[in-house]
Amino acid sequence: MDLNIAGIRLDVTEDGYLTDVSQWNKDIGLEIAKNEGIEMTDRHWEVVSWLQEQVKNDVALSIRGIKKSGVLDIKEFYALFPKGPLKISTKIAGVPKPKSCI
Amino acid sequence: MKNLIILGAGTSGTMMANHLVSKLPKKDWSITIIDQYKTHYYQPGFLFLPFDTYTEDQVKKVGKKFIPKGVNYIQKKIDKILPVDNQVVLEDETLDYDLLIIATGSKIVPEETEGLLGPLWKKDIFDFYTFEGALALRNKLREWDGGKLVIHITEMPIKCPVAPLEFAFLADSYFTKKGMRDKVEITYVTPLSGAFTKPTCSKSLSYLLSEKGIHMEADFAIERVDNEKKEIVDYGDKTIPFDLLVTVPTNMGDELIERSGLGDDLNFIPTHKHTLQSIEHENIFVIGDATNVPASKAGSVAHFQAETLTDNILLYIKGYTLKEEFDGHANCFIETGNNKALLIDFNYNTEPVHGTFPFPKIGPLKLLKESIFNHWGKLAFRWIYWNMLLKGIAIPFVSRNMSFKGKIFDIKRN
Ligand SMILES: Cc1cc2nc3c(=O)[nH]c(=O)nc-3n(C[C@H](O)[C@H](O)[C@H](O)COP(=O)(O)OP(=O)(O)OC[C@H]3O[C@@H](n4cnc5c(N)ncnc54)[C@H](O)[C@@H]3O)c2cc1C
Repeated sequence: MDLNIAGIRLDVTEDGYLTDVSQWNKDIGLEIAKNEGIEMTDRHWEVVSWLQEQVKNDVALSIRGIKKSGVLDIKEFYALFPKGPLKISTKIAGVPKPKSCI
Repeated sequence: MKNLIILGAGTSGTMMANHLVSKLPKKDWSITIIDQYKTHYYQPGFLFLPFDTYTEDQVKKVGKKFIPKGVNYIQKKIDKILPVDNQVVLEDETLDYDLLIIATGSKIVPEETEGLLGPLWKKDIFDFYTFEGALALRNKLREWDGGKLVIHITEMPIKCPVAPLEFAFLADSYFTKKGMRDKVEITYVTPLSGAFTKPTCSKSLSYLLSEKGIHMEADFAIERVDNEKKEIVDYGDKTIPFDLLVTVPTNMGDELIERSGLGDDLNFIPTHKHTLQSIEHENIFVIGDATNVPASKAGSVAHFQAETLTDNILLYIKGYTLKEEFDGHANCFIETGNNKALLIDFNYNTEPVHGTFPFPKIGPLKLLKESIFNHWGKLAFRWIYWNMLLKGIAIPFVSRNMSFKGKIFDIKRN
């Protein structure tokens, strides 16, 4: 599948996650956020960068990991990205959808 | 004389003792296995206990019976491992090892969820991942007169990830047979996005839930249990009311792993996913539920791991490079109720597929399709477990690595 954002054609998975993280930029993040009904604030972007950092360092993302992150607590995570915070924030960050495995 | 010590005499530890006793030269190596409990439980049977399908005696035996002659068996609690000194500390003695196999499994930790151990625990809230929990739930179900039944997974990973779903299917059959299905509302609550952990399964099998009238709540990350209002609450303030809550609490490795500084957040041990050697210490190997490898925590997986690990222990002792062989192979029956079951076969890289098993075209077992034959397979597994699996006897025709013969790749991956 592909997605057209800000005039750029992007490869995405069936549920809308970028397949190539290197294609990501802030405009794209903004556009995905809009589709998810989320208005991005500085705090949102901080969380997004932190997520990208984690993925770069091969850290598996999970709700429990958020609890121990020291960056934000789960309540705030839900407040920023209501409903499915991990799913939505990773989509905006352009990183793969976390596999809650097996 | 060198010492090989196996920690834990559950499914994996017992299999390793049986594999190694005949393969390690007796004049050079002594093998010791340690477990805290006298009883060995057949954990897959815990799924059937609550529904009075199995009796207590069918799921427990004296563990020592399965430890081969020539292996020292110690029934004591393990306090910790001192990996730098190559020692294991027990409650009242310390042992030296040259080679260590950790097989201490995983267990439920209800303390991790606020309110779970509140006033309703074992009254209206139960687990079926322990022998005691499954029995208490059986007694409850015998007298329960209906209401909202909520079946719930706290967080992943859990051992036998399909067990809660099987529980929901079996509950549907159980209440139908009792003539009270109309009095029971069944809701299945999961932190995942779908009922199955594997997307291809969710796609091809979600009909089962609607067919059985089971409601599903996905993406539910529990924050706490409200004992007063009788509801579970998630971090997004979503609430689900219950009359009877059957939950799978957080699964973690034993505290001994934490005390030894060997585990991750959940006390699972970082392990090489193809060789099963621990990442940090080359003379420590890890098998079964105790590892952090991204495979299912299941007895069938441990069985395939045991074959690779046995080869790797022998290679390691002789100073050869280890085989990077284990592929995450899992082979699980899924009970779907009404005496039918599904069979799924997958590994690290390949999602469950359609086809036949173990023989191409012939079967007799069908992959990803409900059949009565598969149900017999699941029930036969208990016999296979006690009589073949624990003793390290290979299951006929089923190989340690996933086979692609007879499989049809017709479900698209996400
Ligand atoms: C409800 C349920 C249904 C399941 N269904 C299936 C199924 O259908 N198919 C399937 O393949 N698998 C199934 N499983 C999973 C399967 O039972 C486990 O994956 C398997 O038992 C793992 O083996 P193990 O040796 O790693 O751990 P375990 O068998 O749990 O053994 C660990 C051992 O270590 C010992 N130990 C731990 N800490 C200490 C300590 N500090 N001191 C001394 N001893 C210690 C414990 O006493 C225990 O005996 C199911 C599990 C459950 C709970």
